[in-house]
Amino acid sequence: MTSYVIKDVAILDGKSTDIVVKDGVIAEIGKGLTADQTVDGSGCIALPGLVDLHTHLREPGREDAETVLSGSRAAAMGGFTAVHAMANTNPVADTAGVVEQVWRLGQEAGLVDVRPVGAVTMGLEGTALAELGAMADSAAAVRVFSDDGKCVHDAALMRRALEYVKAFDGVVAQHAQEPRLTEGAQMNEGVISGKLGLAGWPAVAEEAIIARDVLLAHHVGSRLHVCHLSTAGSVEIIRWAKSRGINVTAEVTPHHLYFTDDVVESYDPIFKVNPPLRTKADVEAVRAGLADGTINIVATDHAPHPSEDKDCEWTAAAFGMNGLESALSVVYETMVQTGLMNWAAVADRMSVAPAQIGRVSTQGQPIEVGSPANLVIFDPRASQEVDARKTVSASRNTPYAGRTLPGKVVATFYRGKPTVLNGELNA
Amino acid sequence: MTHDFEPQGHVVLDSSDISRALTRLAHEIIERTQGASNLTLMGIPTRGASLATRLGDKISAIQGSPVSVGAIDITMYRDDLRSRPARALLPTTIPPEGIEDRLVILVDDVLFSGRTIRAALDALSEHGRPQLVQLAVLVDRGHRELPIRADYVGKNLPTSRSEKIQVNLVEHDGIDEVRIERES
Amino acid sequence: MKHLLSAADLSYEDAILVLDTAKQLAAATEQGVGKLPPLRGRTVVNLFYEDSTRTRISFEAAAKRLSADVINFSAKGSSVSKGESLKDTALTLEAMGADAVVIRHNSSGAPHRLANAGWISGGVVNAGDGTHEHPTQALLDAFTLRNHLRNGEGDLKGVNVTIVGDVLHSRVARSNVLLLNTLGAKVRLVAPPTLLPYGVEDWDCEVSYDLDASLEGSDAVMMLRVQRERMNAAYFPNAHEYSNRYGLNVTRMNRLSESAVVMHPGPMNRGMEISADVADSQRSVIVEQVANGVSVRMAVLYLILGGSESM
Ligand SMILES: [Zn+2]
Repeated sequence: MTSYVIKDVAILDGKSTDIVVKDGVIAEIGKGLTADQTVDGSGCIALPGLVDLHTHLREPGREDAETVLSGSRAAAMGGFTAVHAMANTNPVADTAGVVEQVWRLGQEAGLVDVRPVGAVTMGLEGTALAELGAMADSAAAVRVFSDDGKCVHDAALMRRALEYVKAFDGVVAQHAQEPRLTEGAQMNEGVISGKLGLAGWPAVAEEAIIARDVLLAHHVGSRLHVCHLSTAGSVEIIRWAKSRGINVTAEVTPHHLYFTDDVVESYDPIFKVNPPLRTKADVEAVRAGLADGTINIVATDHAPHPSEDKDCEWTAAAFGMNGLESALSVVYETMVQTGLMNWAAVADRMSVAPAQIGRVSTQGQPIEVGSPANLVIFDPRASQEVDARKTVSASRNTPYAGRTLPGKVVATFYRGKPTVLNGELNA
Repeated sequence: MTHDFEPQGHVVLDSSDISRALTRLAHEIIERTQGASNLTLMGIPTRGASLATRLGDKISAIQGSPVSVGAIDITMYRDDLRSRPARALLPTTIPPEGIEDRLVILVDDVLFSGRTIRAALDALSEHGRPQLVQLAVLVDRGHRELPIRADYVGKNLPTSRSEKIQVNLVEHDGIDEVRIERES
Repeated sequence: MKHLLSAADLSYEDAILVLDTAKQLAAATEQGVGKLPPLRGRTVVNLFYEDSTRTRISFEAAAKRLSADVINFSAKGSSVSKGESLKDTALTLEAMGADAVVIRHNSSGAPHRLANAGWISGGVVNAGDGTHEHPTQALLDAFTLRNHLRNGEGDLKGVNVTIVGDVLHSRVARSNVLLLNTLGAKVRLVAPPTLLPYGVEDWDCEVSYDLDASLEGSDAVMMLRVQRERMNAAYFPNAHEYSNRYGLNVTRMNRLSESAVVMHPGPMNRGMEISADVADSQRSVIVEQVANGVSVRMAVLYLILGGSESM
């Protein structure tokens, strides 16, 4: 196996050093090291390979939008070495068979760890539990369960799911959306929805479910994860729950750190997403929550869609945005350049903590000799204008198109192999 | 006419020249129409309409009976509509007598290419069929592009194409005067 | 004007220009001029995704009176109802050489997409989109108000307009609040709290839940259509309670000032938001609104298509 030396790179916020990657592990760290091949890391930051707890890979069922392979490539380009593939495929990942299929496709792609998420309920229908144990025991070793795209809104069912997954150290990742309060909803309910005549999606529809679920998790002593939290009120509830010792973790997406709902004034469905983009006050609150650890992780909610599902009128368009390729740059701009977080915190929120929540033991490890060589080398001095036509993902629905984002992934190492080198996909 | 005027242009007709020209036009119209009782003056907005009103006043003062006066906007009938963003429409006023079988005299400030008058004839035809249509203008500056001529001319002003004739009237510009300006 | 997508697109000067143009066009109609020539050779497409015969006919009459070629493209019985996307329909219209598309769509913002997504090059006129806007309705309302209250001239400074009913789902209300403000009128919205949009307190108008307290001082009362289906979604208990609290009946009408007018964008739910005797009364200018609709739409089409391509 070819060995690599990354020269003069800063590990997180540290001083520059060399890192040698050999036989799938970090072999040496120090000055003046050599190897078969050299990667110039001067001015760059080394982070542990990023772990995404919330990725829609669309396979099986919507291979026109994304496949496990194309999504793995996009993930590698974004600096990820592990992704969690959401269960809302067709067929739904609600059996051991489907999760093993996705897991195998991930292994064949071989660019990131593809960790299937299992559905909580059969067919995401919210009525009967899926075979949670069988999925946990399968080759895919599922630990994260989610009906994402839909909310497990039946309180009794949610309680049972939270209890049941304790048997195999699983976690239920809730898509918090009270369905009756969001019937036909199109965007954040606020001044702008009123003006645009688009049906509003109130913050309370998210917050009410989160409040209920943290109380349920507390009552049954289970672990709860909250997907894509988007409102200031949600941050408050999570903060309160944690102060009470409730075992809850939460994620925020890059786009909820970046955009406010005024972009919807263009009626361009590229900005249509679930949960919707919120107000400036919400963006400030989720940034603060991520910085102080109330929100544990950044997760992309990468949701690729074919162009016909976005190149249309707003209400006809699909919800969702691409996120894998831009995530690190967006977090850099919104959290690091603003002074809210340092690189150690970025490593925690985008690698260490998501690996822990997903129980992925080989990921999110510290950059030290002997650790698995899952690394991303990021050049913060670079910047890129996002060109939707150049996405590695099979879909082009990036909301950052035409915008310039700071930084660039120079290299990604997955189990010692470079999946990205010199900023180009190496696969 | 000499062309050694200042760059801002110069006055070729002042207020009393204009008044005299209109009085002469009024007399000519009465003479040539033989005091016709079915005379209607139709001014072309904006300045032609004001001139028609003034002319009507002079004619009725001379012959001691009121003259029917209206206005006909030609904007939508122009042949160069597409050359500029949509132009504001101006009022068309058809006098109560209408124009059917009337002796209609179109009134405008300047006769140049003749295209405005062509448009006015089209516009007029939408409102009825006059017995006779004539044309009165304050200034004829030449350079016709259509087979159109005026029946009554206040003043012939031979000009070059690069010059511009500016008619100012008290009703719109606060002063009565006709200026020649060199186009910049 | 390249497009008319929202009443907010109209500056004060634009709005006055539309009204003044409409006035001249209305005069031409009154003078018996059947057809005016300025849109000869221009193609106007009426692209209607919702059944709205009234609005479509109004636009069609307006375009034809200006000598445009008119193509009606209705959702029913066409490729649209077979699931063709707005984009593909737009590309077809572009290939057919549409100079302007008048679009009625049940999705808020569809006209914006049509104008800005790069599918077509012609002008777009919003003939009502979802629960967003209906700018030509606001223009015809303003035109009607100006005729009655300002002798057909200038703006609407100092005019008090009370808009009553389902503001939440009303594109007419949104466009009217914007345009009437531009023209200097004062707008008051009256509705049960359930039928007011979230954030309405930030709009440029007064808001009240009490119709009786809002009648005095109103120069015009505009009644919005309230769909009976709304009560199924618990916006109000039933039709009886709604019309008791928010319907305009003769008793309420008699409390209006002598000169005040009653308006309705139609179609009316007689007995719900407006009683039959109010709708047919002397104060009602509802029939006039319909006639003014053609003049105002002629003005909009003329200003969009009557000159050179762009401004
Ligand atoms: Zn979700």
